[in-house]
Amino acid sequence: MQPNPLFGCSIRRSTAIVKPAAFAYEAPETVEEALALLKRYGEGAKVLAGGQSLVPMMNFRLAQPEVLIDINGLAELDYIRLQDGPEAGRGLAIGALTRQRTAELSPRVGEHCPLLAEALGHVAHAAIRNRGTVGGSLVHADPSAEIATVLTTLNGRVTLRGPAGERTLAPGDFLLGYLTTGLAPDELLMEARFPAIRPGARWGFLEFSRRQGDFAIAAVAAVLELDSGGACTVARIGLGGVAPAPLRALAAERALVGRRIDGDAIDEAGRLAQEVCDTEGDYHASEEYKRNLAGVLTRRCLAQALERGREAA
Amino acid sequence: MTPRAAHTIRLTVNGEAIERAVEPRQLLVDFLREGLELTGTHAGCEHGVCGACTVLFNGKAQRSCLIFAVQAQGAEIVTIEGLAEGARLHPLQAAFREHHGLQCGFCTPGMLITAYDLLQENPRPSEAEVRVAISGVLCRCTGYKQIVDAVLAAAEAMS
Ligand SMILES: Cc1cc2nc3c(=O)[nH]c(=O)nc-3n(C[C@H](O)[C@H](O)[C@H](O)COP(=O)(O)OP(=O)(O)OC[C@H]3O[C@@H](n4cnc5c(N)ncnc54)[C@H](O)[C@@H]3O)c2cc1C
Ligand code: FES
Ligand code: FES
Repeated sequence: MQPNPLFGCSIRRSTAIVKPAAFAYEAPETVEEALALLKRYGEGAKVLAGGQSLVPMMNFRLAQPEVLIDINGLAELDYIRLQDGPEAGRGLAIGALTRQRTAELSPRVGEHCPLLAEALGHVAHAAIRNRGTVGGSLVHADPSAEIATVLTTLNGRVTLRGPAGERTLAPGDFLLGYLTTGLAPDELLMEARFPAIRPGARWGFLEFSRRQGDFAIAAVAAVLELDSGGACTVARIGLGGVAPAPLRALAAERALVGRRIDGDAIDEAGRLAQEVCDTEGDYHASEEYKRNLAGVLTRRCLAQALERGREAA
Repeated sequence: MTPRAAHTIRLTVNGEAIERAVEPRQLLVDFLREGLELTGTHAGCEHGVCGACTVLFNGKAQRSCLIFAVQAQGAEIVTIEGLAEGARLHPLQAAFREHHGLQCGFCTPGMLITAYDLLQENPRPSEAEVRVAISGVLCRCTGYKQIVDAVLAAAEAMS
């Protein structure tokens, strides 16, 4: 160690600087290997995907996993496919390890699910989306997360794989509450499926945050389908940030179906959306403010959806 | 080998092949600064918010405080030290100097790498696009105006 001439103390440290608690590191190359490691290490192990939520928690030692199972080598979980399913109809199947930025810029996502592409643009900053994954965001389950809000709005599906095989869950069975999901410790999230926005349908996405890239105080996604006379045949409204997990504003949706979407209809939907909020105040905003914001954003989001839609085929 | 022990990683940093043993919990930012003495990459918040630690990881701007060094096995990394060609400043660096795009300089390495990534993807960004791109890097000094001017000037100079 050399003394620092300015401060008279050592500037060269004898040990390496580290922030997180010590852990063992495993880097499996296949899903099978990853599942075997999860089984072997049990509850002490954590999956490391983009690390954009897990590593901050480890740097603060809020998370101290004994073993990290780094799944960045699982190329088989990095894909965006267009699927035709009889039940859910056409949709995008996105592998859990797909980077958020890759999905955002994917022409396939832009064409078939522009709502998701737009929502992804609100997730943090490009440098975070370059590494953060679609699956990691869903498992982290922040109540404001844009990806989970879109999954909920479109009633998509997630597929999990564990020792007992695969299971597929609806958003409400997977996103259980604040940072809580239905994923078992020995399971991997494999894929998320987002139903396509049908040709001719209209959609909107709006959120409010204190600064560009911050988590949303409230976020709203909407999809509308109108018949040739302008009456609403399908309405989907999803809210993020105003409940322990994203949720649909079902009463607001019902109020729109069968109706021409004029100013009165939009006002009513905004009022009904406000009522489903299940939130508490925090240092960003009071409960009353968030509730009001959900109503305002719902109205603006519906107006935005009316203004633009996916080009009719 | 016990997995908790040091792992040997091979990677390229600013074009140079490197082989080192690292403890799994060492962050890439600390590896660059302490292990390789590349102190141009700054450590600020260490939870992804400030952007000071941004480097190019396989060509894309990423937070080196949210990557473990052990994950850089096989990666190509470019830090701020790799931007200039010898004594010749990169056009972005020249534009930052010309337009006073820095005061204390703490945010500057992250700003430059972020701007570099932006111009790679979008060589002629609008002012609004520049502002969105650099919103992921916090500057406590400049008020951002000169940084935006510098990035736009560099885009023009480079095209
Ligand atoms: C400054 C900053 C701002 C941000 N702003 C936003 C924002 O506005 N909106 C937003 O939605 N997010 C935001 N994020 C979070 C970001 O989107 C993360 O990328 C995301 O939440 C986690 O994805 P990841 O791939 O980085 O996962 P990781 O951090 O690697 O993992 C997160 C959790 O998921 C688990 N996990 C990950 N993948 C799997 C899998 N396939 N199977 C099982 N478990 C898995 C991990 O074990 C861990 O518990 C922000 C992050 C930062 C640092
Ligand atoms: S130190 Fe990495 S983002 Fe602040
Ligand atoms: S120049 Fe001081 S923080 Fe940006």
